[in-house]
Amino acid sequence: MSQTTTPNTAAGGVADFLDTRLGASKAVRGLSRKLFPDHWSFMLGEIALYSFIVLLLSGTFLTLFFVPSMGMTTYEGAYAPLNNVPMSEAYASTLRLSFDIRGGLLMRQVHHWAALLFIASMTVHMFRVFFTGAFRKPRELNWMIGSVLALLGLGAGFSGYSLPDDLLSGNGLRIIDGVIKSIPVVGTYLSFFLFDGEFPGESIIPRLYIVHVLLIPGLILALVGAHLGLVFWQKHTQYPGPGRTNQNVVGFPLLPVYAAKAGGFFFVVFGIMALFGSFVSINSVWNYGPYDPSPISAGTQPDWYILFIDGALRLMPGWEWTVAGFTISFNILIPGLILPGLMTGILIAWPFLESWASGDRREHHVLDRPRNVPVRTAAGVAAIVFYTVLALAATNDLLATHLGLSINDITWTLRFTAILGPPIAFWITKRICLGLQRHDRELALHGRETGRIVRTADGEYFEVHEPLNEYDRWLLVQHDARRPIELPPDVDENGVARPGARKDRIRQKLSRWFYEDRIEPLTPSELAASHAEHEHALEAGEGEERPVVTTGR
Amino acid sequence: MDTREQGGASSELVTRDEDGNLPDRFENPGPPPHRYRLADTDPKAAKNAERQVAALFGISILGTIFAIVAYFLFTPENTFASIKLSNTTLGLGLGLALLGIGLGAIHWAKTLMPDHEMTEMRHPMRGTDEDRTKALEVLETGAAESGIGRRPLVRNTLLGALALVGLPGIVLLRDLGPLPKDSLTKTLWAKGVRLTRDPDGKPIKAADVTRGSIFHVIPQGLNESERPLEEKAKAAVLVIRMDPNMIQEKDPAREGWDVDGIFAYSLICTHVGCPVALYEQQTHHLLCPCHQSTYDATQYCKVIFGPAKRALPQLPIAIDDEGYLVAQSDFKEPVGPSFWERG
Repeated sequence: MSQTTTPNTAAGGVADFLDTRLGASKAVRGLSRKLFPDHWSFMLGEIALYSFIVLLLSGTFLTLFFVPSMGMTTYEGAYAPLNNVPMSEAYASTLRLSFDIRGGLLMRQVHHWAALLFIASMTVHMFRVFFTGAFRKPRELNWMIGSVLALLGLGAGFSGYSLPDDLLSGNGLRIIDGVIKSIPVVGTYLSFFLFDGEFPGESIIPRLYIVHVLLIPGLILALVGAHLGLVFWQKHTQYPGPGRTNQNVVGFPLLPVYAAKAGGFFFVVFGIMALFGSFVSINSVWNYGPYDPSPISAGTQPDWYILFIDGALRLMPGWEWTVAGFTISFNILIPGLILPGLMTGILIAWPFLESWASGDRREHHVLDRPRNVPVRTAAGVAAIVFYTVLALAATNDLLATHLGLSINDITWTLRFTAILGPPIAFWITKRICLGLQRHDRELALHGRETGRIVRTADGEYFEVHEPLNEYDRWLLVQHDARRPIELPPDVDENGVARPGARKDRIRQKLSRWFYEDRIEPLTPSELAASHAEHEHALEAGEGEERPVVTTGR
Repeated sequence: MDTREQGGASSELVTRDEDGNLPDRFENPGPPPHRYRLADTDPKAAKNAERQVAALFGISILGTIFAIVAYFLFTPENTFASIKLSNTTLGLGLGLALLGIGLGAIHWAKTLMPDHEMTEMRHPMRGTDEDRTKALEVLETGAAESGIGRRPLVRNTLLGALALVGLPGIVLLRDLGPLPKDSLTKTLWAKGVRLTRDPDGKPIKAADVTRGSIFHVIPQGLNESERPLEEKAKAAVLVIRMDPNMIQEKDPAREGWDVDGIFAYSLICTHVGCPVALYEQQTHHLLCPCHQSTYDATQYCKVIFGPAKRALPQLPIAIDDEGYLVAQSDFKEPVGPSFWERG
């Protein structure tokens, strides 16, 4: 080492220690000035990450006091109404944690709120990634990792919800048991293996505990590492804008701006969770009592992210048949397993479905504006509508009591809405997207309305439009209008059938569905022509014109 | 309507190349001019921002101290109010401590750190052709050196071994639980077992069951049984009394299963097993609060709405010498949610 880099300060000494052993200087040099594009919607994934860290911290505190056992005990503690009531160790320790440990209730509530936020932020983050097309090549794998993370989040949430062994969590498990038992052939066995015998048994809490505190968090940590590693390696996407291209990244360096903002944001998320935990009570398990298979109260809902499955269970008609002496319960199988499986499958496969339809094999680092990809946006909105209707269905009893309506009417309405709502939402969204694109085109072509009315010498009135500057205009004209793929003919000139022609026809149908209806972005020649025409029209005294629009069929 | 731009602007709007031709697409105009913040140009504003950041960090310090003081000062007693006070003050202190740091750091970054956006180039994810050739070479060399292609016997036995080696892991899971056998078709109910109140286990006299009343019932001895929760999850019963003439179509097979209009039905929903705990006296409907399966007691608890398919199984009951309600037998069919072998 040369004389000039010999450290003579304490910090320099530490840096030297690390560099000579780990080669840290290379990493610092390479990473610390890495650029990150700035946009509020890029924080959504950050919220998920930070709420996960809050979950790890608050959860660790909870494990110090929680006893994951279904052994029976008799509660004696600060909460008088449940004194001398027999209950499981799990429930008793949850009560002790809430009432006898200072800060225990706070940590429980912080943990629960952070769990809700974790899944909510992942969901909204996925919306952002989906609607902006951030999942496109080369990021399909990271989309899949993210989808698995969201599923693991659901698993973490559900397993944690079940641990306190109160009346509500026990009923949640009861429903899971019913869903598992509906699986053809192996359902009964799976249920007996999961619960170590008949429901509820004495093993499910310790088993879920290890799933909740080790297995799922471990997997989430590993996948979060991969997820973020890929974001670093592939560099972040950016929104379209002047100066931003598919070949560059425009943003702030990791050090110091991004580190300060992101690090600060972690504390903000944690702080807000702490305030929620202190001011807004959640899951007051002491009100429900210990689990018992016979009592239950009306108006009990699962945590929000399970609502859609519960709602699907409620909407399903009683389709159950006995075939050759065996029972098949479609009333449970479809909403409990098939539907969530299908939704997850489409979610994970979407990037590949879309690139198959577009035939686009290029890398994409500039995000789409949702309006410029109407079918994707419409499909996303349709999926959200479907999901929301199912979630709403899980509150049908509350809707009935609060709105004074018949629960049967509400259920029937939601059954139809679940089927008809998504296609209607799809159609409306697609029309809105195309409308917005037309508006963009108009704006790029004619500029902003100024509200200033001018009368010409020969008495004609017109409103003055102020042309956009080139930076504002760029946002409206930068995108490609994707076109349906063109196929070679099914048979060549010698009448020989082309291999794969049938598969290609399906592909072309899909491609047409995606890209048939579109608005071509404005081109310079159109803009120039429009202006030339205007000047001409001004002279000739006529100004009618139509935007150039291509629509399908 | 007439829409026109200001005259004469068109020549500036579109950039032509040297030959005067228009490009096919607009060209990216490059980054817009930078706009300076107040703190960039005015040292006073910068000083102000500095003070605000420091104030936020100061709030954090106060919050931390407050949280620690609150921990010792507001110890929860056996009252809700004291627990709430402890919870609120602790959380408030912690929240301020964290938010102070977070907001301070963000404010610092936004007002005082450079806000010039920078640009760096991306590189295609794909390796260069040379990389790819080299990588392939390395892999091929590795494969050739291992001889995996030349020695199919080694390869195939390895594949076979790998395919099988996970099996013990699955077999080891066998003892996760016992086999179901007939446990789902049997409950604690049997001939002569008394119907007792849930949860205290007091036997029920037929005379106490008045018309319109409802009893949550467990079999006698359930609380003393080896696994009371598992037994209760199957054996819980609902007893209602109604005018026998209310029954819409009498089922001759169920003749004598009730005691003078006292009917006993399984409490466990045949959908996914929640307790069917809501009873509408006027309509004699039973409602499951989980997914709203509705059963009609005037039709032997047939499903009239919701996702369940099967009626609630009826428990045949009788009256013993002392006037208490007893079961005639176990249920005639499995109770609770459906399962494959149920038939």
